[in-house]
Amino acid sequence: MSEDIQPIHLSQPGAAGRKLPAFSRMLRLTAPSRSDVIAVLLLAGVAVMVLRGAQGAAQPLSQLQSTPVTLDPGNLPGYALRTTLRMFAALGASLLFTLTYATLAAKSRRAEQILIPMLDILQSIPIFGFLTFTFTFFMNLFPGRTLGVECAAVFAIFTSQAWNMAFSFYQSLRTIPEDLAEVSQGFGLSPVRRFLRLELPFATPALVWNAMMSMSGGWFFIVAAEAITIGNTTVTLPGVGSYLALAIERRDFHGVGWAVLTMGVVILIYDQLVFRPVVAWADRFRFEQTASADQPQSWAYDLFRRNRLFQYVFAVFEWPATVLLWFDSGKRRLPKAPAAAPGPLAETAWKFIVAIGVIAAAWAIFDYVHHSLALGDFVKAALYACITLIRVLVLIALASLFWVPVGVWIGMRPAWAEKFQPVAQFLAAFPANVLFPFAVIAILRFHLNHEIWLSPLMILGTQWYILFNVIAGASSIPNDLREAAGLFGVKGWLWWRQVVLPAIFPYYITGALTASGGSWNASIVTETVVWGHDKLSATGLGAYIADATTAGDYPRVALGIAVMSIFVVSLNRVLWRPLYAYGERRLRLA
Amino acid sequence: MPSTPAKPAPRALVEVEHLRHYYGATAKRGAPVIDDVNLTLYENEIVGLLGRSGSGKSTLLRSIAGLIHPDEGTVTFARDDARTNPDIAMVFQTFALFPWLTVLENVELGLEARKVPADTRRERAIAAIDLIGLDGFENAYPKELSGGMRQRVGLARAIVVDPALLLLDEPFSALDVLTAETLRTDLLDLWFEGRMPIKAMLIVTHNIEEAVLMCDRILVFSANPGRVSAEIRVDLPQPRDRLDPAFRALVDAIYARMTERASAAQPRNDGLFPGMGITMALPRVSTNSLAGLIEEVDGTPFNGKASLSDLAEVSDLEVDELLPIAESLQLLRFAELRGADFVLTAAGRHYAGAAVDARKAQFAAALTAHVPLAGHIRRILDERTSKTAPARRFRDELEDHMSEEYADETLRTVTLWGRYAEIFAYDEDADQFSLENPI
Repeated sequence: MSEDIQPIHLSQPGAAGRKLPAFSRMLRLTAPSRSDVIAVLLLAGVAVMVLRGAQGAAQPLSQLQSTPVTLDPGNLPGYALRTTLRMFAALGASLLFTLTYATLAAKSRRAEQILIPMLDILQSIPIFGFLTFTFTFFMNLFPGRTLGVECAAVFAIFTSQAWNMAFSFYQSLRTIPEDLAEVSQGFGLSPVRRFLRLELPFATPALVWNAMMSMSGGWFFIVAAEAITIGNTTVTLPGVGSYLALAIERRDFHGVGWAVLTMGVVILIYDQLVFRPVVAWADRFRFEQTASADQPQSWAYDLFRRNRLFQYVFAVFEWPATVLLWFDSGKRRLPKAPAAAPGPLAETAWKFIVAIGVIAAAWAIFDYVHHSLALGDFVKAALYACITLIRVLVLIALASLFWVPVGVWIGMRPAWAEKFQPVAQFLAAFPANVLFPFAVIAILRFHLNHEIWLSPLMILGTQWYILFNVIAGASSIPNDLREAAGLFGVKGWLWWRQVVLPAIFPYYITGALTASGGSWNASIVTETVVWGHDKLSATGLGAYIADATTAGDYPRVALGIAVMSIFVVSLNRVLWRPLYAYGERRLRLA
Repeated sequence: MPSTPAKPAPRALVEVEHLRHYYGATAKRGAPVIDDVNLTLYENEIVGLLGRSGSGKSTLLRSIAGLIHPDEGTVTFARDDARTNPDIAMVFQTFALFPWLTVLENVELGLEARKVPADTRRERAIAAIDLIGLDGFENAYPKELSGGMRQRVGLARAIVVDPALLLLDEPFSALDVLTAETLRTDLLDLWFEGRMPIKAMLIVTHNIEEAVLMCDRILVFSANPGRVSAEIRVDLPQPRDRLDPAFRALVDAIYARMTERASAAQPRNDGLFPGMGITMALPRVSTNSLAGLIEEVDGTPFNGKASLSDLAEVSDLEVDELLPIAESLQLLRFAELRGADFVLTAAGRHYAGAAVDARKAQFAAALTAHVPLAGHIRRILDERTSKTAPARRFRDELEDHMSEEYADETLRTVTLWGRYAEIFAYDEDADQFSLENPI
């Protein structure tokens, strides 16, 4: 966005000297081409779709009852459109949140002290937990309108995307290259220009990657967020997720199939039309001094870039930057002495304010808990959490046993890794929820123990993170290291123990950490699974939260969420972080 | 060398007085990085700051640039009625180009910050790009350019804002020898032809020849704390010739200056490194470099005695790489620095002729005898029943006398040397020294 603020038109310097071309906005010098036709059609199509999708959101709530979701496949394109719009609305909100929250955290030491630990905890709160509370909030905000429910659904997806995007942006802001920061300081760039010229571009590649991964994760939650049941209230928003939910409720295999197909098509379309072009565009912001051999390619990006019409459309994205620059004061800021350290009085005042906030919050929690929960509830929740913990750990171990060899095999073969990359991305985006009914059928059919056999569902959607990272790790093993191992006849278990496993360890831990967090989250929908009237429930914290949600039992939902957050945070601190630190210290291939 | 300005009553551009800056936060003050530095820059001169890494040259440069605010002392710019503010621009060792901006946009950046209107901005940027010899590359991205071309962009970006003073932080040290030479010559041509609006240049370097080639005055920095230990005026006519005997003599004189500093203030047997006894700061020098230099000087054509400038050329080492090796050898009594000459002692020549095990034994003896910290660690280990000692303990001891960085480097060096000499072992995971596998 930012690099195009002042478009520069320069002709190639010729014998006649440098000339600037005439400024022409509407004058087309080239004849309309096929790409123009494609461009116009695509643009018009997107405009119409956004309009139609948005209309639905503004309707009164009764509309949802009068035109309920049906299993007619003809409705699916419309549903898919609504769902996609929700996803992008959430992505937009996440982006806005990221740019403000993370920037604030990176710029202010005091804000950082509070915002970053908060983000760490927000990250570990199960997303489905939010739904119960935000649903009520948004319904009250827009009483009687569909917009309230829409907001609740969008917010649920937002919570699955925003945190890691904010973290990535914060990390980038904290690792701005020293010399570039000095150039900006030396020239006296104003904070706004510094943000637009240095910080935002530098953070863009990581942000785009995180947004992409978040978007994939979002599909898993959209299914849950579109058909919301809390206590006696059930609200169903028209969308692919609610279509799938209805198909499951009616035991309609065709319906499930259609929903799966639609999701596949939608994921494919936005991958081609949105993410690939964005990745190709963001490549220019990569902080590297030499051009890399393989740059990301995207036919859509090439089309957008070549076509002037699109340039005007994308100019819209520069408006925020332009607006920001308006507020930029005209004076150049000379490097000035750092503000004097705040006096002891200010420091004390700040600590006092924080302390008051903490005490007030603690009191509010105590008061609430005291009236609605007994000691037994805590014991029960903790016990259930331990059962779910065992499930998570065992499943991560099993998934690792399977995916590490597969990932290494793929990662060692660059041609395969390249082909597999888009497939894995698709698999990760694919909501695992659609497979749940089959698990129920199988368990009932073969009279399996559902305490055990429901468990694998938890890892269905999150195992891909292990695979992704192992592939990345294996493909980064230097060729000379592999050749050396080959020459010295390092084979079999020795090869795994001394060559491959140490090399992929830091990557594997990253993957396992992500998979573990995701599995906790998924436990809420996987420990209780429904197929028509058949309902299977395993003992665990996920089922505890799910049951409390269905019963509209807010105190127990809150308790379950709190316990789960504590477990996730503790697991990260006690297990994953030390392992990660060890890997970074000893096993990182320089 | 006389340090009086040669030209009649030159105008002072910048005055630096009693500059002192400390490591780390104000609360936990260790040794100063630079201590009581005074410096006046006059118009129409190129001044070089010469010293080894860590001697605070960059701190001084950044203090003048306003990027660092020194704890004590002042930087005063001459009032100039024609300019509203004292304009300074800086050229970086790493080029510091924005990879997402084209050459033109990079050059325009400083003007943009000053709110120069778009068309003036472009005109000036293109003029600067032409001046520095990059026409045709306006729309290229930095990653498409070679190192030399990138540094040209860095120069254009600095020149375009019309600075009175141009600061150069090791501008050519990331470039290969030939590219650096071309760029240096081009810059000097622009300077002497008066085609840049710059009134003075201050260049940080660790290359003595580069300093003598370019500068009118050279300030030699001593390390820990950084001080101006010598000021050398270069009166050779431009363009200067490296093979000119006067040029060579000056280079040798500077080598001698850089090795003799501080020797008056410190007892001879503590070597040239700052600090005394066990808290002597040691540079990061590998035992291979030590052995390599001994062998080089022991062999033909040197036969035990070489001038430092010859050694620098033969070994392809910059002065801040060569001197620590030479001085470490002096500390271990394997060699002696006599002015600009490096002379092997009898022990050094014996080492050169010995086999691996004999070398190790000789090194171990020299290490325990002449490097107090190594002897200290060994003594502690011998005294303890467990025969182990946490490295943290020695690090803390060192940090009482030097910055964290120096302490870390010193301990690393002594670990490296101690391991080679097999007088103690070190376990990284446990971060502790032990007598586990020594002889």
